[in-house]
Amino acid sequence: MVKSFTTRGDKIFDFGLNFFLILVLIITIVPLSYVVIVSLQPLVMPNQPTPFASFGAYAELLAQPSFLRAALNSFVLLIGGVTLNMVLTTLSAFVLSRKSLPGRGVILAFILFTFLFNAGLIPQFLLIKNLGLLDSLPSVILPGAISVYNLLIMIAFLQNLPESLGEAARIDGASEFQVLWYVMLPLSKPILLTVGLFYAVNNWNEFFLPILFLSDKDLMPLPVVLRDILSSLNSSEYVDGNRQATIAPPEAIKMAAVVLTTLPMLMVYPWIQSHFTKGVLLGGVKE
Amino acid sequence: MLSQSALPTAKKSAASRLGYAIWQHRSLYLMLLPGLLYFIVFRYGPLWYTQIAFKEFSPILGVEGSPWVGFKYILEFFNSYYFSQLMTNTLIISLAKLIFGLPLAIILAIALSETRLRFLRSSVQTITYLPHFLSWIVMAGVLLALFSPSEGLVNKGMGLVGQDPIAFLTDPRYFVAILVGSDVWKETGWSAILYLAALMSIDPSLYEAAAMDGATRWQRIWHISLPGMLNVIVLVTLLRLGGILDAGFTQVFALYSLPVYSVSDIIDTWVYRQGIQNFQLSVAAAVGLFKGVIGLVLVVVANRIARKVAGTGLY
Repeated sequence: MVKSFTTRGDKIFDFGLNFFLILVLIITIVPLSYVVIVSLQPLVMPNQPTPFASFGAYAELLAQPSFLRAALNSFVLLIGGVTLNMVLTTLSAFVLSRKSLPGRGVILAFILFTFLFNAGLIPQFLLIKNLGLLDSLPSVILPGAISVYNLLIMIAFLQNLPESLGEAARIDGASEFQVLWYVMLPLSKPILLTVGLFYAVNNWNEFFLPILFLSDKDLMPLPVVLRDILSSLNSSEYVDGNRQATIAPPEAIKMAAVVLTTLPMLMVYPWIQSHFTKGVLLGGVKE
Repeated sequence: MLSQSALPTAKKSAASRLGYAIWQHRSLYLMLLPGLLYFIVFRYGPLWYTQIAFKEFSPILGVEGSPWVGFKYILEFFNSYYFSQLMTNTLIISLAKLIFGLPLAIILAIALSETRLRFLRSSVQTITYLPHFLSWIVMAGVLLALFSPSEGLVNKGMGLVGQDPIAFLTDPRYFVAILVGSDVWKETGWSAILYLAALMSIDPSLYEAAAMDGATRWQRIWHISLPGMLNVIVLVTLLRLGGILDAGFTQVFALYSLPVYSVSDIIDTWVYRQGIQNFQLSVAAAVGLFKGVIGLVLVVVANRIARKVAGTGLY
């Protein structure tokens, strides 16, 4: 009797539960797919049959030298930024994961303070200006070279690796760098992928630092150009020279720009996503 | 007498032992050097320039040469009409995101952990984490597709039932709801990870024992799942309250426009416009510094309470 009662209750419960989850799924997917649908809108021409969908907006954008230039800038910032991020973060995390290091507590406190206190935008701007970095690509990647948050999750991960491994290598005469390169890094693949993804996304998405520090139009990355495209009332304003956008409606061009800006990230996301569901984050994430 | 003469030697040997330990670790310090230099230059370097908050900035004299004016600018800000408006906007946006976002993330985590359909579970996770990785500029595009008065999906839908289009993105009556709603839409999946992790660490035998005793699934959620998540909920809430002055600069910056300044101008956006666009460096720096100091105090207090109540803190 008890069993049949719980089963019926369970059924209603399960139904409500799954209904809720499917609703969440729909609410998340609909806006994203609508963007894609709008981007494929064909141009309605008088006295001509209108096709069901068209890649005209994509063709229009990919024929724009300024859009391609922005894409190139974004890739340069992505590769340069992530390389700098990963080298600095990995080296620092490896050293700071060593509990026997004299002065470790002081150094960690020194770093943690910068996580808690932010002097604000203006002092940062004045620093970059006085270093002579304005209007150069390094001004966009250097200020965020290490994220304290990513550093902390990497330290936590490395601390959980068995210390005896590094010890054994050291007894065999390996240098510290060799211990890091040959022993620790091969064991740290999940955390390297996770932190690498976080950094890659940050670099790819960054739009404020370029607006703040760059004024040369030729240096602007995709997000800044996307912002210009979205805010232009008529996207033919954006089209180079006097050429008119004749193969796609303005709304389609705006949304195609959104899709193209997101695409590189969407392609690597499913591949890396599986790693952070495997509980990589849980050891280090406290926030 | 003996101990007095023995003390310096002991000190000396301790110092030399420390020196030896440092020397032994020299290759590690060398590996830390680039990271440390980064923090010194790019994280502590700006602190030098906070002096402009207490000076009357003159572009000719430069930061160092400008004359000191003490607390003139910060007091001017406190007495200005902006102060209450910026504080109100910042707090309303921040709190609304917390109040709507937090329960939804908890409910989502519970639903994910309770569902028996593995496929549904993993697809909801994959799909709802995704928006977290979209930039706010891309989100501005998505919101334009949904809410633009002429082409937006929502306005088209309302048009079908005979409603006039509403300019959601430029109308002060709706803009705060857009800010809060888009933030909740973007971040709920990602923030559910933490609660899900807390649920995973609950001993499954507790649920089995409760089921044996005839507890319904609602009762099990109420009496086992929620208490099991309580520490994480308390921790997250406190830390979010600690960061209450961060109302989401990049979001507001990407979405706002002149017609909605009155409801969406927050401390950070004001600092940007005053400092960078109007070149009022001193007052902007003073307000930024004020926010930084309050933020530091709030986070430290929040962390202390979290350690006491939840047994764990951010640091």
